[in-house]
Amino acid sequence: MNFFNIISEIEKVDPEFQDRISPRRAAIKNITSFGSKVAVAALPFAVSTLFKKAYGQTATVAVNDVLNYALKLEYLEAAFYNQGATAAALNIPSADKAYLTTAQNHENQHVAFLKQILGSAAVNAAAAYDFTAKGTFPTVFTNYDTYLAVAQALEDTGVRAYKGQAPNLLGNQTVLSAALAIHSVEARHASAVRQIRRSRGATTTKPWISGSATVANDTGISAVDGNYAGENNVNQGGVDITKLPATSGTTSITAAIESFDEPLTMAQVVALVAPFGVS
Amino acid sequence: METLSPKDALSEGMARRSFLRYAGIGVAAGTIAMTSACKKDKNNNSSNVIDIGSGDVGILNYAYALEQLEAAFYVRVAASPYANITSAESALLTDIRDHEVAHREFFKAALGANAIAGLTVDFSLINFADRTSVLNTAKAFEDLGVAAYNGAGYLIKDAGYLTLAGKIVSVEARHAAYIRNLISPGSYADSTVVDSNGLDKVMPIAQVLPTANQFLSTKVSANNYGYNI
Repeated sequence: MNFFNIISEIEKVDPEFQDRISPRRAAIKNITSFGSKVAVAALPFAVSTLFKKAYGQTATVAVNDVLNYALKLEYLEAAFYNQGATAAALNIPSADKAYLTTAQNHENQHVAFLKQILGSAAVNAAAAYDFTAKGTFPTVFTNYDTYLAVAQALEDTGVRAYKGQAPNLLGNQTVLSAALAIHSVEARHASAVRQIRRSRGATTTKPWISGSATVANDTGISAVDGNYAGENNVNQGGVDITKLPATSGTTSITAAIESFDEPLTMAQVVALVAPFGVS
Repeated sequence: METLSPKDALSEGMARRSFLRYAGIGVAAGTIAMTSACKKDKNNNSSNVIDIGSGDVGILNYAYALEQLEAAFYVRVAASPYANITSAESALLTDIRDHEVAHREFFKAALGANAIAGLTVDFSLINFADRTSVLNTAKAFEDLGVAAYNGAGYLIKDAGYLTLAGKIVSVEARHAAYIRNLISPGSYADSTVVDSNGLDKVMPIAQVLPTANQFLSTKVSANNYGYNI
């Protein structure tokens, strides 16, 4: 297989391909800073997709599809914080503004980053989002606690969404590393939003997702049960975590649940964000 | 200095089946000098080195080493709390201890016979009575752990292990955000860890281990990943 033929093939469908792989492009420059042995690994995802097609491997989700899926979620999160920041009725306490601005900035940066990588392949944002989720959260932009509850669900779901896509990026140093680097930032956001909610009276809310044998959704908001489905799993790779030794005795079911976050499939997440106007 | 309790690997409920595929890739680790770890000859440090090995077993042992370090740290923090610790801090730091111990025991169980030995930690740099010292160390460990998992993800060949690493790293990031806000409210994802593209740190093994080794008497090497001792 001739590599340069591949490039020219890609260029037929993506005229900006050469530009995209040029290290002069800021995003790629950033990506290559991840490690030193990037000469091959930094070759764009389009190549690996093409290789898959060329060799007729079992169809996994194409890398660009993963990135566009991520982009759709980032559009949603960015729009959420952008609207919240200008919703005067929320009366966001000044002490919390820095927390939320940090998350807002990151979501907008994620949008820009993914769009830059995808180039002309990037999907567009929805014309408008419905953050009431078809009336489920009617006070999302007028009641700060509702706003935080939605923020927490979006962040926790974002973490689960990225996690679920990691296997589709297996071995891809460039894209997987970038996706993981976004994934952990979303987890930092989720933790921070949970901390704000905890400080405002949701005292059973922890920075991490808790639960019990019968409770997967630790938010107490049944409308987001789906967002937390399966989070109380305690079986990891065939190991029952509750049977493992702890500081004393064996691991509690609470610790077993909290110590591992669970993924969601693309289909699960798509269904969860559909009421917000993501298609 | 303290030695981590070398509990016997739990044999129940474990899936070692899939590990067998990698068993041949070669971890000769875990055999070195552990018996002398508690009575170390100062002139014989070089023998007190454990290599993580290669392949997925190597990466899992790398994670196991980092989780051993974190678990030992929080066990100490919970056992001898810093001055004026609040009940909220105590409760959540104890949670974190339990998470890290669970992570450590998970890797030990999953790796089975391929697991590296228990590491001997050296916390002489930490003042456990002092909140600032403890929290700054916690922050360093959590941020390091996040960057380490982010950096090693692409080296994992098995999709199942990659997902497991993903399940753990987001919990570490939640810890990091909590600890950071304890130190300085709002610093949970500041520019010292998140870049202008909104990306968290991604660190290669050769960059992570030198930092981890500052807190270990048993040094961890990664000869197959460009870090020799």
